[in-house]
Amino acid sequence: MSPVIEARDLGRDYEVGGGLFSKPGIVRAVANTSFAVEPGRTLAVVGESGCGKSTLARLVTMIEEPTSGSFSIGGQEVTPARWSKLRTDVQIVFQDPYGSLNLRQRVGQILEEPLKINRRDLSAKERRARGLEMMRLVNLREEHYDRYPHMFSGGQRQRVAVARALMLEPKLLVLDEPVSALDLSIQSQILNLLNDLQERMGLAYLFISHDLSVVRHVADDILVMYLGRPVEFGPRDEIFDAPRHPYTKALISATPSANPDNRRTRIKLSGEIPSPLAVPPGCPFAPRCWKAQEKCRAERPPMEGRPHPAACFFPEN
Amino acid sequence: MADASAQTGKTMVGADRRPGRLKEFWSYFSENRGAVFGLYVFAAFLLVAILAPLLAPYDPSAQFRDHTLQPPVWQAGGSWEFPLGTDAVGRDMLSRLIHGARFSFFVGIVVVVVAASGGIIVGLVAGFAPKWLDTLIMRLMDIILAFPSLLLALVLVAVLGPTLLNAMIAIALVLQPHYVRLTRASVLSERSKDYVTASRVAGAGRERLMFITVLPNCLAPIIVQAALSFSTAILDAAALGFLGMGAQPPTPEWGTMLADAREFVLRAWWVVTFPGLAILVTVLAINLMGDGLRDALDPKLKRS
Repeated sequence: MSPVIEARDLGRDYEVGGGLFSKPGIVRAVANTSFAVEPGRTLAVVGESGCGKSTLARLVTMIEEPTSGSFSIGGQEVTPARWSKLRTDVQIVFQDPYGSLNLRQRVGQILEEPLKINRRDLSAKERRARGLEMMRLVNLREEHYDRYPHMFSGGQRQRVAVARALMLEPKLLVLDEPVSALDLSIQSQILNLLNDLQERMGLAYLFISHDLSVVRHVADDILVMYLGRPVEFGPRDEIFDAPRHPYTKALISATPSANPDNRRTRIKLSGEIPSPLAVPPGCPFAPRCWKAQEKCRAERPPMEGRPHPAACFFPEN
Repeated sequence: MADASAQTGKTMVGADRRPGRLKEFWSYFSENRGAVFGLYVFAAFLLVAILAPLLAPYDPSAQFRDHTLQPPVWQAGGSWEFPLGTDAVGRDMLSRLIHGARFSFFVGIVVVVVAASGGIIVGLVAGFAPKWLDTLIMRLMDIILAFPSLLLALVLVAVLGPTLLNAMIAIALVLQPHYVRLTRASVLSERSKDYVTASRVAGAGRERLMFITVLPNCLAPIIVQAALSFSTAILDAAALGFLGMGAQPPTPEWGTMLADAREFVLRAWWVVTFPGLAILVTVLAINLMGDGLRDALDPKLKRS
């Protein structure tokens, strides 16, 4: 099957600071990121905060233009001129269901807005019918249609957000930490709903998360990012069972385990993430890596190797 | 606290019916006694203004030459013919005050509508504009704000000519920057929220984002500002009238009435006191009401 989205060397720089007399610094929020997602599959992007996950989401949803590299959706190259046409293929669900819904609009209006903008051929009646159908699909009741978001719980709001994202029948859904603001019991509800919808509609998910236990549950493939750069990309089981990059290994070792007998040795990373304004010339992980050598500090390791690519000169497995 | 929890209990029971926003607003608003009082006084003045020709016993400019400077009814020499006395040329104070309410409300409404609509649009533009345009607009507003407002209004009226209409234009111009700043500030804070991004991802254009997505979420502080600047407008119009730069005599505008009567301050206290009291009570009522509005509409003070 041909991928829904294919990204090649995607990158986004920001200019920061820079007053009247000082030169602005450049932050490479995302750099050299390549991946592809097929219909019905889930790619999880993981990494700690500030590693460029959300910037990646903004690039893919066409809110911001990449400063380098390119990506295509459904085989069509994405350029700002085509944004309005391709926009309906990619929708997003945000982390915080309290901020992602307009408090001044009823649920019905929220759901109908994407149709109002993009499907001008639909009558008000058809729009309403589609909205109601979508509400059933996400297990919300019909009478919720005329309510305001503040009357809902976090889980219900997130359902509304999912429903809104699906109104345009997108091919790719970007899930920007869709469950990390929810209670644990609600998390599983939403995750099951997402699983369900994926099977039913053949959606591709770009699942952004820092929660590895959630990722283990939903992902098919995993892209591990560090400081805006991918460090490892592979199928879920390979990544969890045999991580190659030391950073991935440390990340997995930090996941809490429910089984008290299964005590893994936790790898404690020392030091902070380097400032994105001054990324070290070599491997960005080298300052915190326990097996870093001269070569790591001097040269940036490429993404390569078998069975899946990792950006490390001395991979674990 | 007890009736607040009863309130939530009620909304929980009635959850199937959508509780009206107006009702919710009223429950917050009515917690503030002063605000409710202000609202009643405001409503009373509004009624007086609307029904002025019916309520006023005489024409406001009719002169009763036999009764110049007659004191109010409870003082020696007063009569029920002129309950609040008459002024220096024998016009009935009560009729003039009642008709004056019309002018004050007219000034307040026109000034607020002009200043708010202009200010909201400019503020929205500034909030969504590229940085240079934003800076240009805001510096311009800073310049207007840097002048003492009454002085600037005075200069504008001096240029345009002293009429009530020009005074209103001048006051609206002077009040506008407050709306611009307020709108821009809330637009900037709303614009970075996820629901705006979601609208953009759904393909909303700039106009839609400005007026349909963002503006309704910015209205609360603007409504409060509108209520408060209603009183500022009345006060400024009265001040301009007093300085001879607003409504011209014989218009029964409160400020102008004060100016006409200032030479009689010592001989006939009522000609100065009543218009002054009318201004004071109206402005105070509106300010109290505005405070209540702020409490009721500020989302930060809301318990959801």
